[in-house]
Amino acid sequence: MAITWYLAVSGILFALGLFGVFVRRNPLVLLLCLELMLGAANLALLAFDRYHAQNDGSILAIIVMVVAACEVTVGLGIVVAMHRRGHPIDVDKTRELHG
Amino acid sequence: MTEVLFFLSAIVAIGGAIGVIALKNPFNSVLALVVHLIALAMLFLLLHSEFVAAAQVVVYAGAVMVLYVFVSAYVGEDGETWTSGGRLQRFFAFLLAAGLGAELLIALLGSGLKSLADESELPTLEAGFGGAAEIGELLLTKYLLAFEAASLLLLAAAVGAVLLARRRPGGIPEGPRILSVKDLVSSAGTGSMTEGTRGTLAARGMEADRLAERRVAEAQAAKARDAAKSAAASAPDAGSDA
Repeated sequence: MAITWYLAVSGILFALGLFGVFVRRNPLVLLLCLELMLGAANLALLAFDRYHAQNDGSILAIIVMVVAACEVTVGLGIVVAMHRRGHPIDVDKTRELHG
Repeated sequence: MTEVLFFLSAIVAIGGAIGVIALKNPFNSVLALVVHLIALAMLFLLLHSEFVAAAQVVVYAGAVMVLYVFVSAYVGEDGETWTSGGRLQRFFAFLLAAGLGAELLIALLGSGLKSLADESELPTLEAGFGGAAEIGELLLTKYLLAFEAASLLLLAAAVGAVLLARRRPGGIPEGPRILSVKDLVSSAGTGSMTEGTRGTLAARGMEADRLAERRVAEAQAAKARDAAKSAAASAPDAGSDA
């Protein structure tokens, strides 16, 4: 398969993730949509890796996965803390992340 | 065969992404993302990135998604989870996302890189391409700094998650009421999260003052009652003596 196809899929997935971030209100689903965008970026990185027959893009993809894992742990920690304090799990109703 | 596998996994990946956005229940969204990630790993495999594909399945579909499932089961579904901005917000969101998608596709497909679209011009791969050995060597030689920075980031994230999810006694930290400058500046009733749980600052202050006044009044009344009782007890004695 030509690299163009992979890049097209990557672009579509990124736009879908962006649409989800705009539209959804549940912070849990927002994190999922961020994962979609990061995955799309990874796909583009690996496609160009194949294009150049080098492994450098894979390193960047792995770093992206590490960053995504960090973002998930902290984000889910915030969601759990919000739930424990009885705040609504809704980004529109959350104005202040204070104690 | 490659074409069939590519289109199959691409369609499943895009379908999973649409499922993440469209499903109302966050739990179902998480499951749709698992499907999406596995299809994405298949695309990685088709690009000969075996190690990243394996890491994707093990780390993402395995570990991170379990975390998501736990949290979404813990938090639960809270009714309506779609946008509150209504039709207009959804329209503009679609416009922006579609615009960005079109821009990306134009940039990628209309690029001057002719060999992008031609499979026969792709370079031939060496034997170990995308394997754990090559990537491990790169991580520990050329990209050692990035590797160390990533480990530091993971440590910081772990500490932060423990701090955030720590269970405090009583949910809200106890202790003396501390006034910050922000409390004095901000007008009451701004609808902040603090106010939602503890009431507005003015209401809290008035409540505390009223409690203190009542306590003082009760103490005075009790003292007066005691004094009257002791006076009444000593009065008959005085009368009999007389």
